[in-house]
Amino acid sequence: MKILEMNHIQKSFGDLEVLKDISLSVEDGEILSIIGPSGSGKSTLLRCAAMLENVNGGEVIYMGKKASWADETGRHMIKGEDAVKVRQIFGLVFQNFNLFPHYTVLKNITEAPILNQHRNKEEVYAQARELLRKIGLSDKENAYPYQLSGGQQQRAAIARALALNPKVLFFDEPTSALDPEITGEVLKVIKSLASLHIAMVIVTHEMAFARDISDRILFMDKGIIALEGSPDEVFHADHQRMKEFLGKFSR
Amino acid sequence: MRIQVVLQQLASGMLRSLWIFILTLVFSLPLGLIVSFGRMSKNVVLRTIVKIYISIMRGTPLMLQLLVVYFGPYYLFGMSIGGNYRFTAIIIGFSVNYAAYFAEIYRSGIESMPAGQYEAAQLLGYSKSSTFFRIILPQVMKRILPSITNEVITLVKDTSLAFSLAYAEMFTIAKQIAASQTSFVPFIAAGVFYYIFNLVVALIMERIEKSMSYYR
Repeated sequence: MKILEMNHIQKSFGDLEVLKDISLSVEDGEILSIIGPSGSGKSTLLRCAAMLENVNGGEVIYMGKKASWADETGRHMIKGEDAVKVRQIFGLVFQNFNLFPHYTVLKNITEAPILNQHRNKEEVYAQARELLRKIGLSDKENAYPYQLSGGQQQRAAIARALALNPKVLFFDEPTSALDPEITGEVLKVIKSLASLHIAMVIVTHEMAFARDISDRILFMDKGIIALEGSPDEVFHADHQRMKEFLGKFSR
Repeated sequence: MRIQVVLQQLASGMLRSLWIFILTLVFSLPLGLIVSFGRMSKNVVLRTIVKIYISIMRGTPLMLQLLVVYFGPYYLFGMSIGGNYRFTAIIIGFSVNYAAYFAEIYRSGIESMPAGQYEAAQLLGYSKSSTFFRIILPQVMKRILPSITNEVITLVKDTSLAFSLAYAEMFTIAKQIAASQTSFVPFIAAGVFYYIFNLVVALIMERIEKSMSYYR
């Protein structure tokens, strides 16, 4: 079943056309990586999917329900009760974590499920502690974000997103703000999520990681999807731009 | 006049100053937040009106504003202004003036919050109001507390401006005693009172600041 469908998405900032007619879909449990040079529109695409940006053309559909679209009458986003439901389908892990600095790690994770999803407190706390165990932060539940390293903060942010039980989780360059030395610990956690069977869409510059984890890879260039396929197909494609791009990384 | 009597009279004036101080804070701190919303509103008309209001409040003497609030109803509408109105006028004048300053402080704090905090809250399903009151405002308060402390300390000293409406707060009393006794001592004593008042205020504000220092 398709969790997310994006059809003919266009997005401009002023005169700058960032996305030019992009279509993609994400199946239940599928892991999709989006790679490409800086400025190719990867993050913008993710932000349009996460409804942080509206679209100038096309439509974003979650589980058959139109969530964000543009037509002759303008740009639209779903509103009211339907919006609350649709927004629960996805979660997002930001490049710079965006944890709430005045909350402990545990409160960062538990407040939204209790307050916004009206779930049972005990159940949410149990789930949060289980998540903390999984990401190796059990001893940090009462720590504040400033007391954690960047890698720990990002892992906590991942737990926070997971606690809302999304069907698809977006990652916007989750390791770009981290030291190369601690990139590994975050990538390991993301890999371990594969067993949870939730769909993931990962914008990343970590080529080896993308190749290992993905069911499918999109290569974006200048606002379009230049290449799409299995990791093998994409990394061994006879495609000029892709080769140039990979060449820069292996150097 | 014995020094004890002077101190006693000053203390009663001090109590009146304290009331002006407390009531002004009670009204101007929330009012300032509301004004800051108007100042940041998307509605151009509302935003402009609030901007003009802040500009006048900051651009004219508080003493003049107090006079306008007190005598305005009589000169503008011919309403009779009774003795009870004096204190009310003082509180209105101070609150409306300080709200303008607080509004700009709130605005600076709110606008300095990174967009990522709003975006994270949106992604986690927080409503607009819980985003503001649970995520944004607590962090804003921490950021703006030093500026608020500045204003609060200024307010302690500004309470003496109530003399312009012939309200017998501490400074007015000090002046009266000084004139009748041809002595400077009451002024010194009043100065010591203000200083102790502000020392207490500074200590309290420091405590509040400390209570928010558990995170960065």
